[in-house]
Amino acid sequence: MADPVTLATDAPDTGTARAALAGFWSDFRRNRGAVIGLAVIGLLVLVALFAPLLAPHDPTQQYRDALLLPPVWETGGRGAYLLGTDALGRDILSRLIFGARYSLLIGLMVVTIALTGGIAIGLVSGYFGGWIDTLIMRVMDVILAFPSLLLALVLVAILGPGLTNAMIAIALVLQPHFARLARASVMSEKTREYVVAARIAGASPLRLMVWTILPNCLAPLIVQGTLSFSTAILDAAALGFLGLGAQPPTPEWGTMLADAREFILRAWWVVTFPGLAILITVLAINLCGDGLRDALDPRLKRS
Amino acid sequence: MLRYLLGKLAVLVPTFFGITVVAFGFVRVLPGDPIMLMAGERGLTPERHAQLMAQYGFDRPLWQQYLSYLGDLLRGDLGTSLVTHRPVTEDFLTFFPATMELGLCAMALAICIGLPLGVLAAVKRGSWFEQISMSAALVGYSMPIFWWGLLMIILFSGTLGWTPVSGRISLMYYFPQVTGFMLIDSLISGQAGAFRSAVQHLILPSVVLATIPTAVIARQSRSAMLEVLSEDFVRTARAKGLGPALVVGRHALRNALIPVVTVIGLQVGSLMAGAILTETIFSWPGIGKWIVDSISKRDYPVVQGGLLVIAVVVMIVNLIVDLLYAVINPRIRHG
Repeated sequence: MADPVTLATDAPDTGTARAALAGFWSDFRRNRGAVIGLAVIGLLVLVALFAPLLAPHDPTQQYRDALLLPPVWETGGRGAYLLGTDALGRDILSRLIFGARYSLLIGLMVVTIALTGGIAIGLVSGYFGGWIDTLIMRVMDVILAFPSLLLALVLVAILGPGLTNAMIAIALVLQPHFARLARASVMSEKTREYVVAARIAGASPLRLMVWTILPNCLAPLIVQGTLSFSTAILDAAALGFLGLGAQPPTPEWGTMLADAREFILRAWWVVTFPGLAILITVLAINLCGDGLRDALDPRLKRS
Repeated sequence: MLRYLLGKLAVLVPTFFGITVVAFGFVRVLPGDPIMLMAGERGLTPERHAQLMAQYGFDRPLWQQYLSYLGDLLRGDLGTSLVTHRPVTEDFLTFFPATMELGLCAMALAICIGLPLGVLAAVKRGSWFEQISMSAALVGYSMPIFWWGLLMIILFSGTLGWTPVSGRISLMYYFPQVTGFMLIDSLISGQAGAFRSAVQHLILPSVVLATIPTAVIARQSRSAMLEVLSEDFVRTARAKGLGPALVVGRHALRNALIPVVTVIGLQVGSLMAGAILTETIFSWPGIGKWIVDSISKRDYPVVQGGLLVIAVVVMIVNLIVDLLYAVINPRIRHG
């Protein structure tokens, strides 16, 4: 027999969960852009997973006889280096393929950290209210008062340049958005009858927060998570571009652009392809995010 | 209105103190003590080190240091740059007009393009125009602008040779700074070609910086307009026999503008973030480049001061936007 708490918590959902999922999928599928975005993301994941098999060369191998070779379709290009080589003779295509690993990893790590932290903070803030809430929200206001990239820059300057620190900094900067969303949802949910029922049934505050309230606040958080995924990739690339993110010779796309800056007027391909990779990835995620938002929560409008 | 203003200030004051704590704490959490950071690689004798610690007050308790930091702030003293040995406030005032000029131009561009685009997309719902403009907006929204800037340089400066690669004006022109705005100063100077040169330097960075705000404004004004167009009073206006231009321009637009103004205000923060990248790419001598350079030179007083000032500027702009919002939307004012 299920205990009354579980009953009170799960009753509205269990029976309709599968139907809700099917409804969500049919909404999502109707959005052509979102499906394309999802397909591109799937492809990128495959590329990242099988990078060593797909890449024609080692991404850090320097071919001294092939410096700044143009792509194969330009005069002077060679079939061995489809998208050309950079100033150190490294194959750009191979670097891009391995770069997909970094970008997806960055997005995943940053969103995981920011989402977990933000949910925890938002739950506590919204559930307890009072001075705890005021204090937490004022701290979030302070973080949000700084332009995000600037704060991330300064945090990395404190922690020291590098990919891990860049991810921590970006996660910290993005986290208040999740905290605010989680708090707002909790505040609107916590006076609902099912929560009151669970409380009367004797559920502890922790159980109430995590098992009763949280599942009903997830929709906006998932949408925000998708959108933050693209912000994380963009910001990490920007930090790499400014020399504070991943360090050379890491084949991270932003770092590749930083290396390429001095050659922009001589070798367009070293600049064009890494940026295109960033744009396509971010665009695919944003397309998907738009579709998710429309399907999950039509009220949550993005600007 | 006064109560609304006071309510806003009640939130801003603690935020301001939070910002000062962050800026104050920044130098203290760096590894090594501030004097060692200032000395850099040269090293110091222990006596000199102790003397400097006392001179700068770093040997006092942390709360005393914070209070004197606040005191300095109130007097407009943000410390002295380790590299230029000039007051940070002075450096800031030198670089700020460049960022202001760039930011204002970018914002003007973004509004002039984004707003009509979004409104038209909503009015012509389902047309190819909506499809194309909203696709373009999504691409703009997803754009890594540091790459976009480099592409523009390749195309317009490299291949076509239309615009210069960097700086604010050609070095052949020299005139006194009156307003700090190159466009205005070059006009005042009366030198032939100076204004033209200033425009040529400004145009690419403005376009690059405007990219994301344009996209955001277009998307927001489309969805705001769509919402308003479906409301009863618009239907009534149409039923009265008003022409489409009048319905959209007079009745719908005014109400759709309210959320758009908020979004425009929110762009100021991201404009600052964009300025960091744009100024770095175009060697634009503004505060974005100033901060990035200071970080790489480990000029911590500048980073500390810049962080504070930028946050305060963004905060003030947001306050102004909030007030503007209350002016155009009576429901907020009296709510």
